[in-house]
Amino acid sequence: MSLNEFFHMGGYAFYVWTSYGIALIVLLANILLPARQRRKLLADIARSARRARRNT
Amino acid sequence: MMQFFHKMASPRYFYTIAGRFIPWLAAACLLFILAGLYYGLIKAPPDYQQGDSYRIMFIHVPAAWMSMFVYVVMAGAGIIGLVWRIKLAEVVAISSATIGASFTFLALITGSLWGKPMWGTWWVWDARLTSELILLFLYLGVIALYNAVEDKRTASRATAILAIVGVVNIPIIHFSVEWWNTLHQGATVTKLGAPSIDISMLIPLLLMAVAFKLYYALVLLMRARCEVLERERNTQWVRELAEIK
Repeated sequence: MSLNEFFHMGGYAFYVWTSYGIALIVLLANILLPARQRRKLLADIARSARRARRNT
Repeated sequence: MMQFFHKMASPRYFYTIAGRFIPWLAAACLLFILAGLYYGLIKAPPDYQQGDSYRIMFIHVPAAWMSMFVYVVMAGAGIIGLVWRIKLAEVVAISSATIGASFTFLALITGSLWGKPMWGTWWVWDARLTSELILLFLYLGVIALYNAVEDKRTASRATAILAIVGVVNIPIIHFSVEWWNTLHQGATVTKLGAPSIDISMLIPLLLMAVAFKLYYALVLLMRARCEVLERERNTQWVRELAEIK
């Protein structure tokens, strides 16, 4: 199978590659969002802990 | 024995252990996805009727299986949370909702992209498609309800009830292709007897199914860790953890 044939997908390139593309985006987003959320959350908790200590 | 379960279900212990599992799950998941893509997109021959369009199946079918599996896990964790008030079960239930909604969305959108060239339409109001759409709304309902209630523990009880009631939709989805005349084809793998699918197409399908299961476990742990931090943010151990970082 040539590379051209591979990307052509027997004429169904649009349907096949759009499916795989959307799947990739959705699966990646589900990894990146919680990773970012955890970093933000930890920074936020550390900030409020420092503030609480200053005020006492 | 009970002590072991109590320790396992303690949020702090869970947070640490989950953190250790995450890289291994990520590696295993990636391995299965790459193998599945290789066998699915390169090794498997075109279908004699559908040409190359059937390759959408390797995303569509595992996503559809997972959309139902995750729902059952979510409802099951909901029951455990309701009956035994285990915090970790509540965390697992709500952390599953977003992933389940993602799988359902993928099943619907790839189904649509497969339906257009094969059936000549993006969408029909057929029993299988409609019940899967209702599943998406159930997930979205669970997420919306959870976010609408301020207290997380009350929110978990409310969403658990919604999730449990919605379980009735799962057998409807599965048997819809038998109970009604649908455009959607019947089961070829999850039925009694030998699967009516060629081995060259079954292998990538199963590889992708395992990959999606691992992916679910991975994202579930990642989301559950966030949820634990959020819920325990006023405890000593979370503050210390946050300040070391």
